[in-house]
Amino acid sequence: MPDEVVENSEETNGAPDSEESAEEIAEAVKTPPGEDLKEVVESAFPGAVLEQSAYEDDEDEATFVLDVDSIVAVCTHLRDHGDALFKLLTDLTAAHYPEAEDPFEMLYHLYSFEHNRRLRLKVRIKEGRAVPTVSGVWTSADWMEREVYDLFGIEFEGHPDLRRILLPDNWGSHPMRKDYPLEGRGERIYTKPKRKEIGE
Amino acid sequence: MVGVANVSRIEQQSTLHGTEELVINMGPQHPSTHGVLRVILKLDGETVNDLDCDIGYLHRGTEKIGENINYTMFIPYTDRLDYIAAPSNNLAWVTAVEKFFDWEIPMRAQYIRSMVGELSRIASHLLWLATHALDIGAMTVFLWCFREREMVLDLFETAFGGRLTVNAFRLGGLHEDVPDKFLQLTQEFADIFPSRVDDYETLLTNNRIWLQRTRDVGIISAEDAMDLGLTGPIIRGSGVKWDLRRAKPYAAYPYLDFVVPIGENGDIYDRYLVRIEELRQSIYIIQQCLEQLPGGPVSCKTPRTIKPPEGEIYHSIENPKGEFGFYIVSDGTTTPYRVRIRPPSFINLGGLKKLCVGQLVADVVAIIGSIDIVLGECDR
Amino acid sequence: MDMALEVAVAAIKIFIVVNVVQLVVAYMIYVERKVIAHAQLRLGPMRVGWHGLLQPIADGLKLFLKEDIVPDKADRIVFVLAPVMVLVPALVVYAVLPFSATFYITQINIGLFFVLAISSLGVFGVVMAGWASNSKYSLLGALRSAAQMLSYEIFLGFSVIGPLMLAGSLNLQEIVHAQRDVWFVFYQPVAFIVFFVAALAETNRAPFDLPEAETELVAGFHTEYSGMKFAFFFLAEYASMMVISTIGIVLFFGGWEGPDFIPLPGFVWYCLKLGAFMFVFIWLRATLPRYRYDQLMRVGWKFMFPLVMLNIFLTGFLKYLFL
Repeated sequence: MPDEVVENSEETNGAPDSEESAEEIAEAVKTPPGEDLKEVVESAFPGAVLEQSAYEDDEDEATFVLDVDSIVAVCTHLRDHGDALFKLLTDLTAAHYPEAEDPFEMLYHLYSFEHNRRLRLKVRIKEGRAVPTVSGVWTSADWMEREVYDLFGIEFEGHPDLRRILLPDNWGSHPMRKDYPLEGRGERIYTKPKRKEIGE
Repeated sequence: MVGVANVSRIEQQSTLHGTEELVINMGPQHPSTHGVLRVILKLDGETVNDLDCDIGYLHRGTEKIGENINYTMFIPYTDRLDYIAAPSNNLAWVTAVEKFFDWEIPMRAQYIRSMVGELSRIASHLLWLATHALDIGAMTVFLWCFREREMVLDLFETAFGGRLTVNAFRLGGLHEDVPDKFLQLTQEFADIFPSRVDDYETLLTNNRIWLQRTRDVGIISAEDAMDLGLTGPIIRGSGVKWDLRRAKPYAAYPYLDFVVPIGENGDIYDRYLVRIEELRQSIYIIQQCLEQLPGGPVSCKTPRTIKPPEGEIYHSIENPKGEFGFYIVSDGTTTPYRVRIRPPSFINLGGLKKLCVGQLVADVVAIIGSIDIVLGECDR
Repeated sequence: MDMALEVAVAAIKIFIVVNVVQLVVAYMIYVERKVIAHAQLRLGPMRVGWHGLLQPIADGLKLFLKEDIVPDKADRIVFVLAPVMVLVPALVVYAVLPFSATFYITQINIGLFFVLAISSLGVFGVVMAGWASNSKYSLLGALRSAAQMLSYEIFLGFSVIGPLMLAGSLNLQEIVHAQRDVWFVFYQPVAFIVFFVAALAETNRAPFDLPEAETELVAGFHTEYSGMKFAFFFLAEYASMMVISTIGIVLFFGGWEGPDFIPLPGFVWYCLKLGAFMFVFIWLRATLPRYRYDQLMRVGWKFMFPLVMLNIFLTGFLKYLFL
């Protein structure tokens, strides 16, 4: 049974500034998680953070809800600002809440190598509303936005190459929506592809 | 059928302009695309001018399945994502769900989780090395690696009954304690494996042809790697010292000592060296686990029905391929409301175009090998 | 009458050589599979006969009975002709190869020249195969093959000039006789190295197997071939391996002659040397990764070409001084 945690020496440490993160955690007890990041955002875009939350005050679960139109500007700011430096777009996805006023929720999970912390951004949109693409901010968003388009049917404004990625091009519906039936045959508005003849 | 339907952008362009460039279709039945990946290459002679990936042949809607079954039932489904390193996926899922609760996972379970996670890393890296070397033409390494991979799979079989899809962990710990034989065989494996890694290196590391084929090919800078969202050995090969086992420790990793290897140039050779070093570090970790393995129970007391409180969490672990995470939204019922898999292969494959354009066809094969993808997890 | 007898004898000899060559080639594939298998901790063929000894025959039978597919869009005539174009030159060359002091089909005084001339025809078959298949992978394979074989043909040609200058003859028998005392490999080590590398490239063997690189071009120029046509390519590849090894033995290792203190028949010496050559070929395949196309060309033109030219110059200079 180990008595103590192996010291994360500089040599073996994947996370730089472990002392600083300890301070941050101590600070987070007083303020809600992500408060400092909120200040970073608010300093450039006052009022951009519509809501702030975190699951069980976990620093890594800090969540900001943003307005759909400010997403690209805020993301760029968060990527470049020295106190944030969210250089990695860990994940980009969506969730569907059919009963909600804004049924779709875009989710951006960011990670900062320098500060070893995560941040979740949310954008709530109505059906049919296109979201500005963040593929200009992080190239990795290219495929992930294609996947969201494929599975949720959310369109992205300014996306360089918005095609379906996992499903066939002519798949009629978007299976990750909650109203997509789990069994039966009629739900898939699937048009049979016109097969090219060999040599056509 | 999918292939016929997905007439790619490149194919359309090339027919429109009547260009003389050669468009070749690599995959989905190509020996070097490591699964059902279709890469459409636009060639000028043997130089790649443009490429497009067609994926989704293995799409099974795993996320959708996850949203309709309960938390425990989803564990075997995670096996089928990165089926090369199934226990890693189990670990990601169980640690993610456990984040909802304040269970005290027994240390014995944590150590066994780390140990099996490292074994699966070895299994995955061995398969990578085997196929990567085969792609570049060194066919002997392939079978040598499989000898050891077989031993790892035998270990899984001893401990959990399954070989490929092992369903290793449960929420709250393990299903039952591993047999003593498993620990004994693991010790034997840990004793011989380092010399086997030396064997692989004899064939490759200083081989002039191997160096010529991998050095300065498929270079990606640290900045570009971050921009493309590349994780795991690829970003470490580019010199970013970042490993989730250190950055956001889980299981027993806070108590274990290991080095995070990094490369310098970010070429194929550096990624090769990083993974080879990870093989050695994994064995080192396993040896520590065996030495420090505490006794006691292997599972904490968990409720009969797993009902996480309402909320949303994101949790990720260092899979052999990169950051493998789950975003789970719980609505307080027994089934998750939303399950999102953060697939390292999918996102790493997104960087293929950046890596390949301007290289030769033979390099495309080497680069795909060096990214180390698993289509099961890529397509989900 | 004499003429007819001569023709008959020649025909019998040709019949023997061609059939024996086919059989030896089939068993060379078996040996290759066994050797590589043991290098890779496997057993190789074990099921057909004792230690799989009948495997080549089973394989031959299988290839005979396989459906012969000609792709829809292939150029039918060229497609069918290509394997023949590959195999025939590979076999014709055997006409002048000396297997021992007495056993050969014919003896001509431009023997070596004949070998080089005929064996380089094989590349036509490869290019034809790649083109006629009407498949992009095959075409790429054929292009690679053409470029590679043409370039390395040159180094092969230049590398044999050194021994030729020492022997002063193109006749293969006379070259062997000239090495009665010392094998030319000791006089011409550089030429031998270049010759060996060029031989690997000429026969599309690893590490120069780019034209048929399984993991890049699927199978290169013979992707679309099946059944006996595929077998023809296979046979041709191994037959040319044997040819090139024989040339190597004749030029650098004293042909069928062995050291005097070990009394063995000439043919046995030849077989031993051939076996050693083949083993090295197989060994390399099990060990080395594959070169890339541009690297292959760079090695050839920037390294081997100056080397072999220097060798010719030095040989001539030294011969002028000392002989």
